[in-house]
This record gives sequence, structure tokens and C-alpha cells, in this order.
Amino acid sequence: MSYLKPLFRHPKLPKNKLGYTQKEYEGSLSTLCAGCGHDSISAAIVQACFEMSVEPHKVAKISGIGCSSKTPTYFLGNSHGFNSVHGRMPSVATGASMANKDMVYFGVSGDGDSASIGMGQFVHVIRRNLNMVYIVMNNGCYGLTKGQDSATADQGSRSKAGSVNPFQAIDLASLAIELGATFVAQSFSGDKQQLVPLIKAAMHHKGFAFLNVISPCVTFNNNPGSTKSYDYVREHIEATSTLDFVPEMPEIKTNYEKGKSTRVAMHDGTLIQLNKLATDWNPEDRVSVANALQHARTKNEILTGLLYVNTEWKDLHGTLSTCSTPLNKLKEAELCPGTEALKEINAGYR
Amino acid sequence: MPFFIKNQVSDIKPILTMKPTNTKDPEYYHKVVDCQYACPAHTPVPEYIRLIAAERFTEAYMVNWESNVFPGVLGRTCDRPCEPACRRVRVEEEPVAICRLKRVAADNKGDVKQHMPQGPLPSNGKKIALIGGGPASLTVARDLAPLGYEIHLFDEQKAGGGMMRSQIPSFRLPEEVLNEEVNFILDLGIHTQFLTYVKSLKDVLEGGYDAVFVGTGAPKGRDLPKLPGRKEADKNIHIGIEWLAGVAFEHTKSIAQKVIVLGGGNTAMDCCRTSRRLGGKEVKVVVRSPFDEMKASPWEKEDALHEDINIIDNHVPLSFEVKDGKLIGMKFQKVKPVYDENGKRQLLPTEEDDVFIEADEVLIAIGQENSFPWIERNIGLEFDQWGMPVVDETTFQSTNPKVFFGGDSAFGPKNVITAVAHGHHAAVSIHLFCEGLDVYDRPSPYTNLVSQKMGIHEWSYDSSVAIDQRYIVPQAKKSQTLKDRKKEVELGFDIATAYKETQRCLNCDAQTVFTEDRCIECDACMDVCPTSCITFTVNAEEPELRQNLLVPAENLTQDLLVSKELKTGRVMVKDEDVCLHCGLCAERCPTSAWDMQKFLYNTTKANQMITPLPLIEK
Ligand SMILES: Cc1cc2nc3c(=O)[nH]c(=O)nc-3n(C[C@H](O)[C@H](O)[C@H](O)COP(=O)(O)OP(=O)(O)OC[C@H]3O[C@@H](n4cnc5c(N)ncnc54)[C@H](O)[C@@H]3O)c2cc1C
Ligand SMILES: Cc1ncc(C[n+]2csc(CCOP(=O)(O)OP(=O)(O)O)c2C)c(N)n1
Ligand code: SF4
Ligand code: SF4
Ligand code: SF4
Ligand SMILES: [Mg+2]
Repeated sequence: MSYLKPLFRHPKLPKNKLGYTQKEYEGSLSTLCAGCGHDSISAAIVQACFEMSVEPHKVAKISGIGCSSKTPTYFLGNSHGFNSVHGRMPSVATGASMANKDMVYFGVSGDGDSASIGMGQFVHVIRRNLNMVYIVMNNGCYGLTKGQDSATADQGSRSKAGSVNPFQAIDLASLAIELGATFVAQSFSGDKQQLVPLIKAAMHHKGFAFLNVISPCVTFNNNPGSTKSYDYVREHIEATSTLDFVPEMPEIKTNYEKGKSTRVAMHDGTLIQLNKLATDWNPEDRVSVANALQHARTKNEILTGLLYVNTEWKDLHGTLSTCSTPLNKLKEAELCPGTEALKEINAGYR
Repeated sequence: MPFFIKNQVSDIKPILTMKPTNTKDPEYYHKVVDCQYACPAHTPVPEYIRLIAAERFTEAYMVNWESNVFPGVLGRTCDRPCEPACRRVRVEEEPVAICRLKRVAADNKGDVKQHMPQGPLPSNGKKIALIGGGPASLTVARDLAPLGYEIHLFDEQKAGGGMMRSQIPSFRLPEEVLNEEVNFILDLGIHTQFLTYVKSLKDVLEGGYDAVFVGTGAPKGRDLPKLPGRKEADKNIHIGIEWLAGVAFEHTKSIAQKVIVLGGGNTAMDCCRTSRRLGGKEVKVVVRSPFDEMKASPWEKEDALHEDINIIDNHVPLSFEVKDGKLIGMKFQKVKPVYDENGKRQLLPTEEDDVFIEADEVLIAIGQENSFPWIERNIGLEFDQWGMPVVDETTFQSTNPKVFFGGDSAFGPKNVITAVAHGHHAAVSIHLFCEGLDVYDRPSPYTNLVSQKMGIHEWSYDSSVAIDQRYIVPQAKKSQTLKDRKKEVELGFDIATAYKETQRCLNCDAQTVFTEDRCIECDACMDVCPTSCITFTVNAEEPELRQNLLVPAENLTQDLLVSKELKTGRVMVKDEDVCLHCGLCAERCPTSAWDMQKFLYNTTKANQMITPLPLIEK
């Protein structure tokens, strides 16, 4: 088996604004099973970061435990990384973000990592609106420990060994919306066309951006009867919209059909241009999103695309009014202003 | 790039699309093996390079011998059309040192003769005449002798080999190497008549032969008969190829100190380098064209420069200068190249003064011509307006159905490997003709496609890609080689270096074979491919499809492998251009929709030897 990727690349590989090719955003050769959906998501992250000309050293990847949580080794090899404990990625991400607010944080987790052992952390990081991209590579099973049903496995879904899941599934996207996540999207590892712009938009969202990406486990959960297999997902996918992420305010060139086109302006002036496919859905209205998700579920459809976005709410740094300089850049002079300053503060409490 | 969710594909699918690639056509995968495809004799290069890596030199030699007949000669002197074609130059700077690896097989081979056809060979009762004993005729002899033909070879020289003996100097090709390979063929029971110049083709045809092969080369060197002073200085002016033959057969043993060689091809390079060995101290090559556009191979020019030879470009000869009845030098006009919008070159005079260059002797090496004074024009053998025989490009048959041509005599001067390739084709035709069959109804090449899988994600070839740069072949010291014209300059790779060089080969015959029914469209192959060869996309016409790939496929000489339509309505398109044959696509494919399969291609040969050869104990 090859454990190293050849160093040659296509001589005509395009370069981004920083003069880098996609190679500078790749990681080591994956050791996941051949055909694992997680690898496609890694490739989508590579593509998104390359196209956005992100400086690799300004990105940190933080993960828990699972096949999904191993993937940070396989993308952004020139970025920072922390492979933490099962279900505890949000705590580490919170700490990192507190120390340095200037980085892009990719939290990478699995359905087991987030919907079971890490559920408490998941819920609270949403509640705090931490400025990060939180990706769940959702395969409906515990891949790393040989494919046991996870909490996102659909009721009635059949495992490779033939047993049928008796429990109701936790729908992470609905849950995130219910809890007030400010950016919620759903996608499929096999649809980079949709996934890449979603990742780009998520990176530009100031606040908690949640991506629930269905990602088939080829080894343990790609059998007939599974609702997380390539075939099933392709049969049941319904996109809310086609979307483009627009890095700079453009002139309006494309004329979308009236009422179908929506644009969402992000904090930093970037735009999400949506060409809606679903009716009765407004990505800025939580109720309509919750309804759309419920409707889709009753029809056994998997609703993908950008579901909800809210650019009004403050992220954790905003809520805590932290200073504008990242904490790790504050020097002794700012951190220890001296006895006079301390006296003044103490006096304020008298 | 197109959007590919199930229901949308059909809406945007263009009507005109590329057809699925027909990989059953033997030429499809053949073309992917760039070096083999470019080799006129289609030697299975990666196959023998792997054998060299495994130190199986005897088998490596035999794979070569089967295709190109003169591995030892060619491993030193081949024009190497394979090397500029090598895939490696499309991902880095230098090709694999294919030619010099071939020599390693020849230098280190064991007993190869036991694997060659063994005489006495049973007769089939048919008789063939070969006129000329160069590589073309010898190839015909090698291919036909095992089939039982009685073969009579005529050559005016004293031994076989043609220009390989009379022209290619010993410091590039030692006589022992040539003798050994010529003898492998003559030992098949060929009836040789050396020192016999054939004066009449008619006489030969009346000699009761079933067919005649003409492999007499292009034996006439061009002259400059009209240049002033040519006649007066005749004593000190020589035609390059005649002079080289004189040296080879030891009629000429020395040359004056100041020599001008006219011409910029490989003959000029051999003339100047030979002059240096025969006493030439100030040897100058004077050529009309700019240095970069000289016909000589870059490595020949390098070697000449290394031997202190001055190459003066952009100089057109005006006259031979004679004083007191003796040559004293030559006058030249200075020119500069001017290119029109089609890139066509013209050499226009600069306004500078003419240049005089001193010389005691001049060698004219400005090209060769065919000459057939010995072929009668009334024997049903047509000649064209340029005095060349009319020869069919596929069958090598002339308009006299009994007479076949090949090598330099067929279409003008080329090189050894082309002569060999012609020999194979002509031998097939002669055999078909003698069997009373249609010479156009030619048997297909032998091909074979075998999976290289050896368990999960293991291949039976070394799929890792070495980043080493091309290794340099060591040379003997100049102080030694200039003293002795027979001392070989190149020393050849030692085995350890050869091994490292073999690892640069990308195994382009390990084909990526795609089975669409197995593909679940997980994209893993597309994501992992280091050189972005694979794209899943909506089908379109070729020019559009080429643009729609991950990296547009702009090298039109390289084909696209297009699958049948897949479940989502897309097709898999692989641009063969810069595939490294690393096997990662197949390793990362969950369903073995990709497999690495070794493609063997052997051109049709009269004797149809069966390869791969049986394994031989070392
Ligand atoms: C100086 C020089 C250097 C070269 N170096 C290289 C090199 O490094 N690599 C390479 O690949 N190629 C090289 N070539 C070219 C190569 O030698 C020829 O292309 C090749 O030998 C052609 O082979 P052939 O079989 O057609 O004929 P030839 O090799 O030309 O053989 C023809 C033979 O026929 C004989 N003959 C001709 N007429 C008659 C007749 N009427 N009766 C009897 N015998 C006759 C001749 O004596 C000769 O022996 C070189 C050529 C020259 C001139
Ligand atoms: C504290 C702790 N409990 C249990 C485990 C065992 N374990 C390892 S991975 C895993 C589940 C991973 O599932 P998921 O997050 O869906 O990742 P996948 O492998 O499916 O991508 C479990 C339970 C562990 N490593 N640590
Ligand atoms: S076990 Fe499943 S989730 Fe884990 S690497 Fe293999 S396919 Fe991917
Ligand atoms: S063998 Fe496969 S992965 Fe490797 S370069 Fe070729 S197409 Fe790409
Ligand atoms: S890895 Fe295999 S199954 Fe997956 S897309 Fe490529 S060929 Fe198809
Ligand atoms: Mg999982």
C-alpha cells in the first residue's frame, strides 16, 4: 500500500492569490478506508481553503475521536491541529478561540463524537455562538469502532449485519436550529459542487457555523437498507437552493427568476447568492427552516444546502466584550497595568 | 463545472458527447506507453527497465533483442526518439535515460544465445536475397531465418553491419559489441557474400530467389561541386562518410592539424571527433544554421564541445581558398536567421565582412543521398521524380512485387532503429508474399493486459514515484580517449546507478483500467490523484470536455479515457497526459472499479516470437 503521495503535480495546476497551488493545502495520504465519504469532505475543505486563498498558518483544525476526527491529518498539512478527546473538541476549540480570535477554526467531528458522547459540548458551543466552522461527517455509525449504529442512524435503517435500528434518530440540523445556531447547512460528501461554497460561506460567518455532511461509511454502512449509503442518499437528496459564495461585492450580473433569488450579506461584506429550489422557505426565518426540515423528513427527503443563517447575533467574543487584540498577543504592559490601575479598579467596587 | 444532483443532470446534458473510449483497440493503451509508442520498433521499454531493476539482465536483453535486434549497439548509439517522448518530461525536466539503461542490459547479460532460435533450422524450401548487410537486411534475416528461408546476403564491405560498421566510430561503438550482435544473426545459417558489390538487380532476380530485399542504405555523401576551389583543392577535401569509412577500415590513419568540418548533423560530429583522434589539433565545425537548430543530437554536440572542438554557426561556405596549389582555408559569409510568421527560417546575410578560416583539410558532412546505379529501370520497378524507388509505406513492397525495400534505401537516410523497424515490416510482407497471401492483410500486434493486483492495495510493480533527477553516464578521461580512436568514451552506468535510474521510470504500461459498472461515484480516485487526471463530469464534445476537467487537458497529443455514462448521469474522464501510474486511484477505489493492468504490446513480426519470455535462472 502506498503511504506517501507522489510529489509531482499537474504542471498546469492553477495558483491562488497567495501564489500557492492546491498542493500547499493538502495533508498526508489518507489511511481511511478506500472510498470513505470523509475523504471527499477533506478534499472539499482543501479546495475551499485554496480558492479562498486562506493563509494555512492562520487555520486551526480541532477534532475529537473517530474516523472523521482523524481526517485533519489528511487536509491542511501546513495548518495547526489538535486531535482531542472523544466528544471534547468544542472545549478545546473554545479555549483556542479565546486565546486567539484571529484564526479560522475548523472543528471536525463525527455523528458519534457529537450526537452521543459529545452531545453536551455540542449543545453548549452552539449556545455560546463560538466563531468556528463545526463539521459533522455524518455516516450514521461509529466507523472507527467497527460500525455500531450511532444516534443519527435513522429508525428502521438496516445495518450491514442485518439488524434494524429501533431508535429514533437525532436530527443534528434541526437540533442546531432549535438551539439557535446562527449558520446551519446540510450537504453530502458526494456533492462538492454544493459543499465547497457552503464551507466558504461558513468560514466567513462570524459565529457558529454548523455543517452536517452526510458521508457514507463504505465499509460498515453502505449496504442496501442503510439510509446513509451512497445510493440511498443520492436517491433522496433535495437541495434547498443552488448557491454561490461571492467573496467580493459584485455587480449583479445574473438574472434569477423573480422571487427565487436571495442574497445574504455576511459581516465582512461577502455575499451568499442563493437560487432557491425549495418554496416556502426563507433562510433567514427560523420557523420556515424548521418547517422545511420537518416536511422533508416526512417525505423521506434529505434537505441539503444552506438552511439557516443569522448575521445579527453576536459571537462569543462579542458577547463577552473581549478586547480587540487576541489575548495571546497582549504583552506584559497591557496585562499588568500596575498598582495604580489596580487601585482604581478596586476603588470602583467600593 | 456542471452541477450533478440526480435530477438536474439531464436538464443540462449537451446533446453531442464523446463516445466511450474503445480500449480494445490495441493502439489506445499502446499510446499511453509514450516511449514504446515513439520507438519505431515499439520496444516494450518499461518491461525491460523493470527487468534491469530486478537485475535480470539476460531477460532484459532478450526483450530488447526481440524488438530491436541490436540492444548493445542501440544502447550506445540510438537516436532515442523515445526519450523526448518520455512521460517524465511532462512532470519534470529530464526523461528516463532509456537508451543508457538498454546498454546496462547488454553489458551485464548472461548467456543470451541459448534463448535465440537454434540452428540448424528446418528449411521451408524458399530462397531470399538480401542486398546490403546493414541493420535493415540483418533484421529481415533474423525474422525470416527461423521460418526456414534460405537467406543469401550480399554486401560490398568485408563484414556485416552496414554503416554501423563503416560510419559509427569505434569510440562510440566498439567493434566487439557490433560483431557479437551481427554474429547472433549470421549464426542462424545466413549465406553471406561479402566483398561483393551487386551490379545488377536483374541478375539477382534471375537467380531464382522467391523474393529480394534491398537494404543498401543511402551510401552517397553530398558534395559541394560548384564551390570555387573545389577541384584545385581536391586532394585535401573529403566526403565525410567516405572518409569515416576509410578510417573504420583503416585506409585512413591520420589527418592534418587544422581541419574544417562542414555541416551540422551527427556525421559532422563524428567527423570532427574522429579528426581529433587522428591528429587534428584545431578542429572547427562550420555550420549554416544557428547552434540550437543544428541537426546533431544535443548530446553529440556536447561531446564535441567537450573535446575542444569549435562550433561556428551561421556561416555559409563561399569558397575553398588555394595558394600555390594547396588548400589554405575557406571563406564564409556570415548570416543570421530570420523567421516569418509561420516560423519558417531564412538565413539572411549580415552586412559583416566575409570570414576566412584557415584549414589544411576539409571534411564535407552536409548530408547523404540514395543512389541506385545498379538497379535497371526496365524491370518493372518504378522510380519517382527524385530518383527514389516507389515503395509502399505499409508493406515496403516496390512496384515489382518480388522486390522489397527497407532502411535508408526505402525513404532516405534515417537511423538504425528505423532500419530495424522497416526490416520487421518487410519481413512480414516477404513471408506473406512467399506464402501466396495478401501483403496488406497483416496480422495484428500481440497484446496482453494483466492485472497487477497482488492482494489488497499491493501491486506487482513498484508503484512509488521517485523524484530523483536523471543520472549522468560517466565518461572515460579525455586524455585517454583522444589518444586512441577505439577507446570507448562512455563507460555506461554501474549497476547501482542503473538501479536508481530505473526507479525514475513511471511504468506507463501499468494501465489504469476502468470498469464503470463497479463505480459508486465516491470521488475518491478524483480526490487522491496527485496529478489531477481524473474528473467526473457531464459528457460533452471533446474540445469542451477537455476544458471542463479539473485541470484543462490542453495536450492534444494525449487521449482522454471516457467511460460510459454512470448512475448519476456523469461520465468519468481521465486525461492520460500526466498520469504517474502511481496506482493511487486504484488503491483508494472501494470497489476496484480502477485496476492497474500491465499492457504488453509486441508489433507483428514474421517469426511472431512469443513474449513474455519464460523466466530464466540468473
Ligand atoms: C556518420 C554516421 C553516423 C551515424 N550514426 C548513427 C547513430 O549514432 N545512430 C543511428 O541510429 N544511426 C546512425 N547513423 C545512420 C545509420 O547508420 C543508418 O541509418 C543505418 O545504418 C541504415 O541502415 P540500412 O540497413 O538501411 O543500411 P546501411 O547501414 O547503410 O547498410 C547498407 C549496406 O549496403 C551495402 N551496399 C550498398 N549498395 C550495395 C550494392 N549495390 N551491393 C552490395 N552492397 C551494397 C553498403 O556497403 C552497406 O554495408 C549514422 C550515419 C552516419 C553516416
Ligand atoms: C471516551 C471514549 N469512549 C469511547 C471511545 C471509543 N470510540 C472510538 S471512536 C467512537 C465512535 C466514533 O464515531 P463517529 O464520531 O461517528 O466517527 P466515525 O468513525 O463514524 O467517523 C467510539 C465510541 C473512545 N475512543 N473514547
Ligand atoms: S470505517 Fe467507515 S468511516 Fe471509517 S474510514 Fe472506513 S469507510 Fe470511513
Ligand atoms: S495512477 Fe491513478 S492516481 Fe496515479 S496519477 Fe494515474 S490516474 Fe492519478
Ligand atoms: S474511487 Fe472507484 S468507486 Fe469511487 S469514484 Fe473512483 S472509480 Fe468510482
Ligand atoms: Mg460516524
